[in-house]
Amino acid sequence: MRYSFFSKKLVAVIFLIAGFVSAQNHEGEEVETGAHDLKTQIKEYIDHHLLDSHDFNLYSYTTDEGEHKYIGFPLPVILWDNGLKIFSSSQLEHGEGVAEVDGNYYALYHNKIYKTDAEGTINFGNHHGDEQHTEDAFGENLVVEDAHPTNKKPLDFSITKNVVFIIAVALLMFLVFRSMAKRYQKSTMPRGLGRFLEPLVLFVRDEIAIPNIGEHKYKKYMSYLLTVFFFVWVINLLGLTPLGVNVTNNIAVTFALAMITYLITTFTGNKNYWKHIFWMPGVPVPMKIILAPIELLGTFIKPFSLMIRLYANITAGHVVLMSIIGLMFIFKNWIGSPLSFLLAFALSLLELLVAALQAYIFTMLSALYFGMAVEEDHH
Amino acid sequence: MEKLIEQFSFGLFFWQLLLFVALLFLLRKYAWKPILGAVEKREEGIKDALEAAEAAKKEMQNVTADSEKLLREAKVERDALLKEAREIKESIISEAKEQAQVEGDKMIKQAQATIESEKKAAVADIKAQVANLSVEIAEKVIKEELSDKGKQQKLVEDMLGDIKLN
Repeated sequence: MRYSFFSKKLVAVIFLIAGFVSAQNHEGEEVETGAHDLKTQIKEYIDHHLLDSHDFNLYSYTTDEGEHKYIGFPLPVILWDNGLKIFSSSQLEHGEGVAEVDGNYYALYHNKIYKTDAEGTINFGNHHGDEQHTEDAFGENLVVEDAHPTNKKPLDFSITKNVVFIIAVALLMFLVFRSMAKRYQKSTMPRGLGRFLEPLVLFVRDEIAIPNIGEHKYKKYMSYLLTVFFFVWVINLLGLTPLGVNVTNNIAVTFALAMITYLITTFTGNKNYWKHIFWMPGVPVPMKIILAPIELLGTFIKPFSLMIRLYANITAGHVVLMSIIGLMFIFKNWIGSPLSFLLAFALSLLELLVAALQAYIFTMLSALYFGMAVEEDHH
Repeated sequence: MEKLIEQFSFGLFFWQLLLFVALLFLLRKYAWKPILGAVEKREEGIKDALEAAEAAKKEMQNVTADSEKLLREAKVERDALLKEAREIKESIISEAKEQAQVEGDKMIKQAQATIESEKKAAVADIKAQVANLSVEIAEKVIKEELSDKGKQQKLVEDMLGDIKLN
């Protein structure tokens, strides 16, 4: 208790100093911008950063006139709303405008596209549905936390920032590994980038595939394991670059990956695998009946855990990292900022490890599930 | 959880699935198969080379062992040959010695016999010659004695006298 009281006091002192220093720095400007306000701003920024976006923004700033300026380029928006609707995301004006296509109006709200009217009205019904209130799409009073827009949501197949990155990573991987494969035609010794990548390929084969799946059956899974390993790793690493596009902290992406693992496991499962699920050998009949639904559920839980693990690890890493970076702006002084810079630096290094580790774990567990699916009966 | 479901973007899922599966098949055809194939080929090659080296080493060891064995055998054979030669030499020498002895003895005996016979012959010869000479001397003496009548008479008388005595 005493300790926490003390630390609270310390924090209060630091905030006081920070406020004082910032007040000095911004003389003449709005001095009352307290730490609390900044904190909400940072939190919003982090939340925003973690979401997918319809434009490719490198960075944005606010001019002295209060106008938001964005540096970047727009991306195509593809909607399915009684027919394909394609337009540039510049029409949405970063959530501040209403796009009109063939007499339909669309607006962004929390990075999602909703069908609206010409004024961009978003209707809200809160969670319980009894309280209804309407708000301007770009209104400032978005305080109702659990309010969900009741507007119609068209199917959104837009090429978002994350999709652009997935395409970029896919292209990069294809080019790199294609050129690596070509080099092997000339000689069986790896050259250039292959010297770095070949040990990784061999690592996936010798440390992940063979021990988990077995010497005789690993070959048909190698393509998937290698692709998923390098894909997750590269995309995690790119998420750490200043471009900061976090693809794997999107549940849709990890869901797609986990689903492929699930489908491969299910479709390559042999008789023994299914027998272990529906009619567990070696236990009494009542137990068999009890175990069957549990085992069946287990087949879904396994890929589900894959999905959540990758998503949560990357998201958590980014949230913590960005929070620490955000602290730099809260402590605008010579003690706090270097300290949070050092922390952020250390954490970035850790995130590099996490990027590789999560790729390894995802691949490893996928291989483990495949191994279970093709395991031979040895009773 | 609710936030997660709300955050779920079907579009992103769709693109991720499509792009990932496309990437998977493209990489499988153009990258993983050639790469893994080449790596396996190389590993096979290395394994073969190692096995060949091992076999060659064994062969070499066998050859060395063989040559050593041969050498040892040759040595043994040489020793045996030398021993045999020495034995033969010794036996030849002793045989020769014996033979020489026998031969020498024989020769000595022959020589002795020859000497004996020569001696005998010489004695016989001398005897004969002595006899001849005595006969001749006697003849000459007689011739001399009997050159006149008187003497012849006397001799006959002497002889007759001797005979009488006998």
